[in-house]
Amino acid sequence: MTIVDPIKEAAPVDPNVVNITINDKPVVARKGELIIAAADRTEDFIPRFCYHPRMSPVGMCRQCLVEVETPRGPMMVVSCMTPVAEGQVVRTATDGVKKAQEGVLELLLANHPLDCPVCDKGGECPLQDQAFSHGPGESRFVEEKRHYEKPIAISDIVYLDRERCILCDRCTRFADEVAGDALITFTSRGNDTQVLTFPDEPFSSYFSGNTVQICPVGALTAKPYRFKARPWDLEQTESTCTSCSVGCRTVVQSSRDELVRYQGVDIDPVNWGWLCDRGRYNFESVNSPDRLTSPLMKNGSELVATSWSVALENAARMIRLALAQSTNNVAILGGARGTNEDAFAWAMLADKLGINQRDAQLGDGLSPEVFNLAQATIDETCAAKTIILLAPDVKEELPVLYLRLRDAAQKRKSRIIEFSSRNSGLTPYVWRTVGFEPGNQAQIVREALATPEMKEQIARGEVVVVVGRSNLAESEVFTLQALGEVLSAVPSAKVLPVLRRGNVRGAVAAGLTPKDNSGDAIDILNAAAAGKIECLILLGVDPMADVADSGLVQRAFTQVKNVISIDTMINSSNRNADLVLPAAAYGEKAGTTTNLEGRISNVAQKITPRGTSRPDWMIATELSIALGVDIGVSSLEDLNEKLVNSVVAFAPSSDAKSTHGDGVLMARETPVTISGVASKVTDRNAYNYRLVVSRTMYDSAQSTIASPSLAGIITEAAIFVNPLDLARIGVTEGANVRVGADGTNIVIAIKADNGINRGTAWLPFNHTGVDIRPLLNIASDVVDVRIEPIK
Amino acid sequence: MSRLNDANIKLAREIIARYPRPKSALIPLLHLSQEQNGYITREAMQHLGELVGVTSAEVYGTASFYEMFKFEPVGKYLINICGTMSCALMGAHELMHHAEKKLGIKAGGTTTDGVFTLAHAECQAACTEAPTLQVNYRYRLRVTPDDLDRLIDNLRDGKLNEEFPPHGVLSKVRQSIDASRAVGAKAPEDVNESPVWLDGKAAL
Amino acid sequence: MSKTYVHAPGFVAGDRPKIVTSRFEFADSFTLERYLATDGYKGLRAALSRPANEIHEDVKSATVLGRGGAGFPAGTKWGLTPQQVWPRYLVVNGDESEPGTYKDRLLMERDPHQLIEGCLIACYAAGLSQCFLYIRGEMALAQERVATALNEAYAAGYVGKNILGSKFSVDIILHWGAGAYVVGEETALIESLEGNRGMPRLKPPFFPAANGLYGQPTIVNNVETLANLPWLLNHGVAAYTAIGTKTSPGTRMVAVSGHVKRPGVYEIINGTTTFRDLIFGEEFCGGIRNSNALKAFVPGGGSAPWFTPDQLDLPFEASQVGPAGSMLGSGAVMVMDETTDIPAAALTLTHFYAHESCGKCTPCREGGTWLERILRRVVDGEGTDADLQQLLEVGAMICPGAFPHAANEKLGLTAVPFPYKMTTICFVGPSAFAPVHSALTLFRSEFEARVKKRVTIPVTAVATETASVGVSA
Repeated sequence: MTIVDPIKEAAPVDPNVVNITINDKPVVARKGELIIAAADRTEDFIPRFCYHPRMSPVGMCRQCLVEVETPRGPMMVVSCMTPVAEGQVVRTATDGVKKAQEGVLELLLANHPLDCPVCDKGGECPLQDQAFSHGPGESRFVEEKRHYEKPIAISDIVYLDRERCILCDRCTRFADEVAGDALITFTSRGNDTQVLTFPDEPFSSYFSGNTVQICPVGALTAKPYRFKARPWDLEQTESTCTSCSVGCRTVVQSSRDELVRYQGVDIDPVNWGWLCDRGRYNFESVNSPDRLTSPLMKNGSELVATSWSVALENAARMIRLALAQSTNNVAILGGARGTNEDAFAWAMLADKLGINQRDAQLGDGLSPEVFNLAQATIDETCAAKTIILLAPDVKEELPVLYLRLRDAAQKRKSRIIEFSSRNSGLTPYVWRTVGFEPGNQAQIVREALATPEMKEQIARGEVVVVVGRSNLAESEVFTLQALGEVLSAVPSAKVLPVLRRGNVRGAVAAGLTPKDNSGDAIDILNAAAAGKIECLILLGVDPMADVADSGLVQRAFTQVKNVISIDTMINSSNRNADLVLPAAAYGEKAGTTTNLEGRISNVAQKITPRGTSRPDWMIATELSIALGVDIGVSSLEDLNEKLVNSVVAFAPSSDAKSTHGDGVLMARETPVTISGVASKVTDRNAYNYRLVVSRTMYDSAQSTIASPSLAGIITEAAIFVNPLDLARIGVTEGANVRVGADGTNIVIAIKADNGINRGTAWLPFNHTGVDIRPLLNIASDVVDVRIEPIK
Repeated sequence: MSRLNDANIKLAREIIARYPRPKSALIPLLHLSQEQNGYITREAMQHLGELVGVTSAEVYGTASFYEMFKFEPVGKYLINICGTMSCALMGAHELMHHAEKKLGIKAGGTTTDGVFTLAHAECQAACTEAPTLQVNYRYRLRVTPDDLDRLIDNLRDGKLNEEFPPHGVLSKVRQSIDASRAVGAKAPEDVNESPVWLDGKAAL
Repeated sequence: MSKTYVHAPGFVAGDRPKIVTSRFEFADSFTLERYLATDGYKGLRAALSRPANEIHEDVKSATVLGRGGAGFPAGTKWGLTPQQVWPRYLVVNGDESEPGTYKDRLLMERDPHQLIEGCLIACYAAGLSQCFLYIRGEMALAQERVATALNEAYAAGYVGKNILGSKFSVDIILHWGAGAYVVGEETALIESLEGNRGMPRLKPPFFPAANGLYGQPTIVNNVETLANLPWLLNHGVAAYTAIGTKTSPGTRMVAVSGHVKRPGVYEIINGTTTFRDLIFGEEFCGGIRNSNALKAFVPGGGSAPWFTPDQLDLPFEASQVGPAGSMLGSGAVMVMDETTDIPAAALTLTHFYAHESCGKCTPCREGGTWLERILRRVVDGEGTDADLQQLLEVGAMICPGAFPHAANEKLGLTAVPFPYKMTTICFVGPSAFAPVHSALTLFRSEFEARVKKRVTIPVTAVATETASVGVSA
């Protein structure tokens, strides 16, 4: 007699479970799930074109018709819009279903040009594949097909071929629903329906590449990949994008040992399959002809190619010479571009040599103590009832995080309270936006959060503060003060620090951060300017272009005796370096990276490093041997083992498999609270304008400039003010004005922007044309400028 | 000047305010714009997008779905001859041929003087009075070729200005709601309660 | 006997009960003055004097059928809204454009206050807090009349805040379309009212009563349906149900057009009047023009499968027309006499629906146009036998399975009942096929006479049955 466990037998029925059968096989589905989604977990594939799991179903293409039993017999339904129901009987391959699916396919192909041999999508085309698997085999359509002008450029990057389009509404739905850039739309009607932009208003969305990826035919193609490869020539590997710190999961594809395409991979905790265009297309910079292929050493005033042994010997000599006087004579800037392993190898080397002055941030980041506050993940942030933004424009700096936050706000999961000096990409979707003048944010935050309306909202549930630096012309103190105000009003709030550089979290955790209370990047530059740094090591950074205060950087570089740069290309900082060591670029090296929420995931090598370039960690290892302080790294695996064993934060990634797919979160330390920071900002003279300087997605970053498809999108520098201020200054849109601060003047075009408060002026950082950095002085808390018309 | 003029902007704002969501006013505003300019211009669509808070592409997407919106100038009088079933049964095709001959243009064309545009139309909801036509969406019923000749002559001579305003003008009367009488529109998320009259008691 | 009025072209009055056309005889029927003089707004007053739920009950027990096409009882529809979800809206469907149909236009032009009063009663009874009156774009006069009436009614305190001094307040917003047949479909109407392209939404999940305008519960009612309410409230449920049949009480307006002696819009008694009465009855159309023979007729608007003289004795009752292979639809009969070129007639309708496809569903967008192109080739004398078969096969991609058609004694056909299966969201796609199917099923010889006669010669020994080449005979 069998003994029945009564508890097990009487297990409560999960109210969220729905039992159905698909083709007579039982399937466990979730309440509210669509039939097609449930079927996707079985072996029975339901053909589809318009359905996309990350977008609302529209039931447009009618390809996913299946039969569902009803009291009146089997009924044909579209499985992408029909939710499961208890006991539902679904059949996906009856004669009736097959006939219907064949019919829809024949109709879809009726006007399709069938130009597969010359179509980029050929070989990976859902229409082609499903025509084979679910199509009728031949067409009876003998009429003239629809004709449209063959591909038209709908943006700098994307081409549209309307003849191939099957009108599935994926791209248009993505643009509207996911990206919030409804710049492409269906136009006309019926058989004349076509996807188009408004005349002369291109599809200039930061996310346009996603439409190319999700297009189920070859109607949308992207310039960087057009006619570059055929799917069967592609090799691919899964990786993590490090263009910014969101850490989107990607597939890196190459052909003949050259990167040709990145595609987004759908993981729940981060990017849901989406990528921004900068991250998607800056692989072109890896293929750039300007890549360094061998070490370069200064010979007179020129950089001349040399061998690695000579280069390493000289690097060791320079470092040894400097260290001979004091360990404070050497400093390392950078490290956020590389992997966790790269950063850790350099940190080990620095430890061995006693170099404490190191910083992966460049003065525009956050004090590491912010990382020790109670941390929120992206998912936790997007699920919070209230999200408080004390952050830069995430659409510009962390684009896919913007998609996630926009989704949270649009689907009404969260209410966003934004504190900012100018409107951001998220402003249209936030619940409340509270403006402040740079320097005053702490007071504004305190007052705003004390209002009954805000208090009521905050009391609704979890609160997450998204915190980062919104203004390069403002001291970090104000951000920390404002954060302190939020945390004193909402002590339970969690924090999502948003820093822009790819692996900044990982580099800081691995040890590339000031040690033993030594100075940060700005202190290092100040010390250098004062002649106190003999040897400066640039680990994949270009301070001349990337640090707000260019005057300081220039003074520092004139004083430093030796500059050693480890980089992929020549830039404004290493142009005059004493030694430049060629580094392997993204896609050319493996390892792990850490995103802004502390998620550790792998980056994969797909192609051979250019020339003799090599990963940063290998350079550190070789240099350590040349210096006689061997850090003892024999391989990447060995290095990774050392990292996970010696740095607690990385311990959760000890199993390499955990860094694949969703990745794994860093170990979190016991949260600390932030100490009060007091600072008072000087009042602004009413005739002056207080500066906000911030980054946009397309600026003169090297990876953008070296990507031909993106380089043309960068706009000319200009200063933006409120339209009323434009009138007050007495100039018209586009006129040149003189902008001055502390005896420095620049001449720059002025433009009106409704999203800027009166008395504030916005300068996008690092755009082409006029260099705005002479106006910025890192020593002052805020920057006030005069704006005058040019007579 | 093809953005809305000041008087029409005022009107547009009134119309927008009647809807719980501004985009709902789009089609009425497109009509207003067509009334002002005779057709829908590029600048008008951009302006309407600004007014209701959507992209120009969305305005164009909506506008191009509907046949009454013309994106190029049409004649002062748009003559739509119905060709659907009942009218076809009663001689619509012959009427169209006659109109083409009389005006010297093909269906879809505009006379060189810009007075008439002739077009095929679908069912005009006057089927019992076939064949029918509309001039700027105002009916002529049981139209014979002679009727058509007279109509065209009279229109050209300005004898029917009263009855047929120029293309773009639709209703000559606008709804206007006095503020003191209006209940007012609210976004649906701002309404959470059942209407006051559902209290189980008579309203009067 | 039958009577027409110069001020109401198309309308034919008769000695029958008048529920919605009682004021048509007056030249000034559209003015508030005339309306008030003829029991106007009395139904509203009667409604407001009782609790809202009682009014809803009245409409339910009177079985006021929807007059838009589907014939669903209005009172039941109002009750389908989810509990405690607010606000709820009323959207009035005045986008009348089904070929052969017009009655809503007359009701709006001739008696706009009656419609307004009906809207108010519906809003009161069903707790709808805003009303949008969507009028077809091409109906300038209807828009003018309704706008004028609304302005008068607002000023007189019948619409807006505290109607008749009561706690009942509702705005009626006049909205108008811009030329798109498909917007007559209720979910497309809602899309259009939201300022979007008028593309239908799938039901479920977008049953308007649960998830309609702005995602809120929304009642979409036809103009004629609402125009019934003032009379119902004035005269009571018993008086209303005393007219017509139990399942189809009251009257309904029917437009009879085409080859009849006296085409016109008639208010007929629901459920009992037969097609023979309508087409041949002296009080109605008085027979076929020139005393020709009747060849076929479309019983319920351009979307409906066709009938032949065999079906003349069916009454205007959905429960009988459906099993007979067609539908009553929007109340429109189009009559074809013996001189009619059947393939060409079918082409006008197929062209209409192909042209009016919104483009959303593949089968309709691609299939409708394909049908039209094949059919045009056949009508132009360029078609082949294979084309006739192809018409049916393309149609089967839109409507799989047996397509409804009427019985025909001469052809030995038995009826295939309504409705059909469809691969599209709405009825536009199937409607492009319906006339082709009816014409081809009932009058195949006319098509065969049109197609080119071809001789098939196998090209090679291995040719399959489909791999053949045609040579003109």
